[in-house]
Amino acid sequence: MIPAEFDYRVAGSVEEAIGLLSGNEDAKLIAGGHSLIPLMKTRLARPSMLIDVARVPGLTGVARDGGTLRIGAMTRWHDLERDPVLREHCPIVAEAAGQVGDPQVRHAGTIGGSVAHCDPASDIPAVLLALDAVIVAQGPGGTRRIAASECFEGFFQSALAHDEVLTAVEVPVLDGAGCAYVKFNQRAIDWAIVAVAAVVRHSGGTISEARIALTNMGTTPVRARAAEAAMAGASGDAIAAAAALADQGTDPPEDTFAGAEYRRNLARVLTLRAVERAMGA
Amino acid sequence: MATTEHRPNIGATPRRKEDPELITGEARYTEDLTPPRTAHVVMVRSPFAHANIRGIDTAAAKAHPGVSDVLTAADLEGAFAAPLVCAWPIVDDIKIPPVYPVEGTRARYAGQIVAVVVADSRAAAQDAAELVEVDYDPLPAVIDPEEAMADGAPQLFDDVPNNVTYHWRSKEHSPVPSAGDPDPIMASAPVVVKERFRLERLVPNAMEPRSILVEPNASQGEYVMTSATQIPHIVRTVLTLITGVPEAKLRVIAPAVGGGFGSKLQVYAEDAICLALARRLGRPVKWTADRTEEFVSVHHGRDQWQEIELAADADGKLRAVRVRIVAGMGAHHLLLTPGIPMLGAWLYGGCYTADAYSVEIIGVFTNNTPTDAYRGAGRPEATYAIERAMDALARKVGKDPAELRRMNMIPTDAFPNYTIMSGLSVDSGDYTGSLDKLLATLDYQGLRREQAARRASGAARQLGIGLSTWIEMCGLAPSRVAGALKLVCGLWEACTVKVMPTGTIQVMIGVTAHGQGHETTFSQMLADQLGVDYDDVQIIAGDTLTVPFGMDTYGSRSLAVGGIAMHNAGEKVIAKARGIAAHTLECAEEDLEFANGSFTVKGTDRSFGIKEAAFAAWTAHNLPDGMEPGLEATYVYDPPNFSWPGGAHACVTEVDTHTGAVKILRYVSVDDCGVIINPQIVEGQVHGGVAQGIAEALFEGAQYDEAGNLVTGTMTTYLVPSAAEMPSFEVLNNPNAPSPTNPLGVKGIGEAGTIASPPAVINSVVDALSHLGVTNVERPATPERVWRAIQEAGQ
Amino acid sequence: MRITLTVNGRAHEVDVEPRDLLVYVLRERLGLTGTNIGCDTSTCGSCTVHVDGESIKSCTLLAVQCDGRAITTIEGLANGALHPVQEAFTSEHALQCGFCTPGMIMAAASRLNEVKDPTEEQIREGLEGNLCRCTGYHNIVKAVQKAAAAG
Repeated sequence: MIPAEFDYRVAGSVEEAIGLLSGNEDAKLIAGGHSLIPLMKTRLARPSMLIDVARVPGLTGVARDGGTLRIGAMTRWHDLERDPVLREHCPIVAEAAGQVGDPQVRHAGTIGGSVAHCDPASDIPAVLLALDAVIVAQGPGGTRRIAASECFEGFFQSALAHDEVLTAVEVPVLDGAGCAYVKFNQRAIDWAIVAVAAVVRHSGGTISEARIALTNMGTTPVRARAAEAAMAGASGDAIAAAAALADQGTDPPEDTFAGAEYRRNLARVLTLRAVERAMGA
Repeated sequence: MATTEHRPNIGATPRRKEDPELITGEARYTEDLTPPRTAHVVMVRSPFAHANIRGIDTAAAKAHPGVSDVLTAADLEGAFAAPLVCAWPIVDDIKIPPVYPVEGTRARYAGQIVAVVVADSRAAAQDAAELVEVDYDPLPAVIDPEEAMADGAPQLFDDVPNNVTYHWRSKEHSPVPSAGDPDPIMASAPVVVKERFRLERLVPNAMEPRSILVEPNASQGEYVMTSATQIPHIVRTVLTLITGVPEAKLRVIAPAVGGGFGSKLQVYAEDAICLALARRLGRPVKWTADRTEEFVSVHHGRDQWQEIELAADADGKLRAVRVRIVAGMGAHHLLLTPGIPMLGAWLYGGCYTADAYSVEIIGVFTNNTPTDAYRGAGRPEATYAIERAMDALARKVGKDPAELRRMNMIPTDAFPNYTIMSGLSVDSGDYTGSLDKLLATLDYQGLRREQAARRASGAARQLGIGLSTWIEMCGLAPSRVAGALKLVCGLWEACTVKVMPTGTIQVMIGVTAHGQGHETTFSQMLADQLGVDYDDVQIIAGDTLTVPFGMDTYGSRSLAVGGIAMHNAGEKVIAKARGIAAHTLECAEEDLEFANGSFTVKGTDRSFGIKEAAFAAWTAHNLPDGMEPGLEATYVYDPPNFSWPGGAHACVTEVDTHTGAVKILRYVSVDDCGVIINPQIVEGQVHGGVAQGIAEALFEGAQYDEAGNLVTGTMTTYLVPSAAEMPSFEVLNNPNAPSPTNPLGVKGIGEAGTIASPPAVINSVVDALSHLGVTNVERPATPERVWRAIQEAGQ
Repeated sequence: MRITLTVNGRAHEVDVEPRDLLVYVLRERLGLTGTNIGCDTSTCGSCTVHVDGESIKSCTLLAVQCDGRAITTIEGLANGALHPVQEAFTSEHALQCGFCTPGMIMAAASRLNEVKDPTEEQIREGLEGNLCRCTGYHNIVKAVQKAAAAG
């Protein structure tokens, strides 16, 4: 299988990429390419130009700035999985990164590419939602900071404009909160049928705050607001009762992997498991 | 002095001869070959499951740079002397509508070829294929075989009412008498269980997609086809029928072939198209399937609705088995399509005894890819039905499933040559022995105690133990039986053993490998037989020009049929060498004993080696009067019976009742495959077979939408499992029942794991949940299906 | 476009179209047919090679993305004698038809560079991106364990 013909440019800087995008409605950025190239091989995607941003300097790595960790958009899953700063201060990102695809995919795929692709079955969007992360984008008019809650607009649709380049993702230092990403699939390589990202502040078995986001329970990742509300102040059996609200307000898809009703069940079961794990159980 | 015979190779595990080129990337698969001037072919396939073709506009595609031609059925009229071949018309009144390699008027499945693009590069051909404009008039489609035979269903062929292509009844069509008539027993027996199972379609997914290269010598009218096939000889014969290229001028080569599992036991439309194009264009023509294309164009497996009824006494003693199968054929017949369900019709009674038996099979056309042989071919289907039903019977009469099986098994002392309820004669077996060994290895009672404890505690994760005690008929097969079952061809096998003047040995054999390790296994056998070194034996196969006419590889026949042909050819070589030795040593042949590669005059130290005999046969200076020079022999072997492996498998699962996820904790097998030549290869065959069976039980199934499109048509949606989803296996052997049918006592192992394992897995899942009221989970038992079964049982 | 690929230690200048996938350039332009193509969807791993020492699926990578980078294929894995993973694959009977084998070996070798003393579970997870239809993976896992022990 061979993609249709296209032009290929290597961007030396973010500005150069923005300029190329501005001049071509059908151009697309390519990072690792592991979401885009399969679509191009089946010719479901046929961009007229690919702009390779994987070699733009300064877009990789994780840096701490006070209470914030700045992750370069071109940082690969493989590097996120192993990054010592992330593993210490925001381990849920490393944990989710290690569950994306397979080792070969993780050697190529990047966090920025995944966020921009906006696949509702991808792992990292729900994690960023649960973390109240910020997506940093640069366009012709300068830099824009987009809250994760505003970024995932629809099915394969992000809030990024055509001529914007995603340059970084900012996540909080989680000191004092527990977190877990629990993913359910049939094969390790598969996308999540459902997954749950949980960030939980707790003390003595009682939850003070739980932020819970769900993967593949709708056209975008969604927060489990009802469950979150019921988790606040909960302990013991009340946590399980709160988890049973996790599918409220969701609109899960039906596909070859699972039906909606089953996904709702998974959201409830996995929410409890994620919260329990975040609390150190 | 008597000579001690050494047989250092049989039973040993030398390094595989196949491996060096495979682990270094030096092996050549068909797709690796691209001679100069090769034209690349891309097929244009119907996107509709059922549609009339009103017209095809190829102008834009033809005008695309690099394109040499774009051809439709109309353009290829005259290229084909006959339609695609079905070689197994299993009843006299079967309906086999003619279907040609390129369809011109009506597409009957999504994926059927409607046009062919030929270009100088793969990319140009792919680009141009997008430019072929086909005007379709879509028609209603039907995918489920039961729905397809209902009144009012869409009709695939005008002259095939209700899409029923055949109706096979054992009472009417079996060439051997079954045990009695089950009908009266079903009406009166104390216990009757009736189970209904859906066996979804499976897509074989050999790792190497199909690939074909045809190189013509146009001026001589000669063609060399290199193809990823299991059956070079049959491909050659059938392509002669379809294209009219004389069989003597067509050479078919199977180079390194990346797995088959039945999917390359076929003569496909693409084979005929590539040969026809090479003849038309006078240049090499190559086609390689994309995986996505392979999903809709390679034949599928299974696709059955099964109803099985068991009648028994109150204590569970089996009295009668009655089976009705509705089998999906897909849109038309291919080489063996109709016969595949019937290949299982002899095994629905399993390894048990009963007084009465009948099977009926209704073959139905449906708007999807044709079905045909897939690892086990009919036998996994039969084993699934009887082994699931035996568990249902055990639950009904309140007996442990192991105990119920044991009390109904054919006793070991009934052998050799016991006639099973379907009327066939089984060579040998030790079913209770295999079961006993299995239960001991498992610590069966210990597992039952753990299961009881988990049930009592109400744990989220419940334990299941599933058994499958199985038999199969393999080593296909006696040609007379094949004829009685209306298979058009015979099933003998041929081999030539040639001892070279310098003592190395070439073996030319008709069976051809695609992963089975023939070179290794056959070398081990012949080395011991002739008393030469393993490395002195060279196995040559997979080329119709250089090996004797054979019947190729499928049905676990390579060892039990091909291996015996080689053994018997080896005996002829020894006999001839004995004559040379006696002549040279000036003694009677009867005075010679042969061991370790040398003839010795009994009671003396005078000897003459087989390599010396080969040299003497080559110089021909001093041979017995009338003896032909050269030391080689050919044997064509037609076995007197099938071979009948059997065994006992157990699967221990942990089922997460909250999510429905199934985890295999242990998988244990005890198999009798006859005498084992290479234990490592046998274990490898069991591992792979069991894994494929686990895959069909838990992961794999072709799903279609309302319009008849395959929606699990890639490896991302059709879940071929990886190492991360598979357990390790505990593989044991039962050596107590070597086959009495052949001189080596061998049976076969290629399909055993796939036949045995699906019911063991599903029985285990059901067993884990039976206390909740679950009696069935349809396969593949996906987490959702398991969860639903729990929900429905709880209501 | 003219790009430079260092393949198995040797630099090649190749003229490619942007749409040429790395696997086709390796197979058809450089004649390195040991790397196989088994699927279209980055699932099966038959096409696994190393780029700058790390496993990657060469059917999901444009050759132009690899300009200036170092690529190792199955033909270049061994340094004289067999690589320990190759050696263990044959001694443990970890291959049958051999089609997935080059990709499987490359994936395993890369994994062992990253995880020195893997558990069985880590080996199985490390091979989640490579499908084999013949072996049931049992002997592949054994082979990787053996190669790990051999260092």
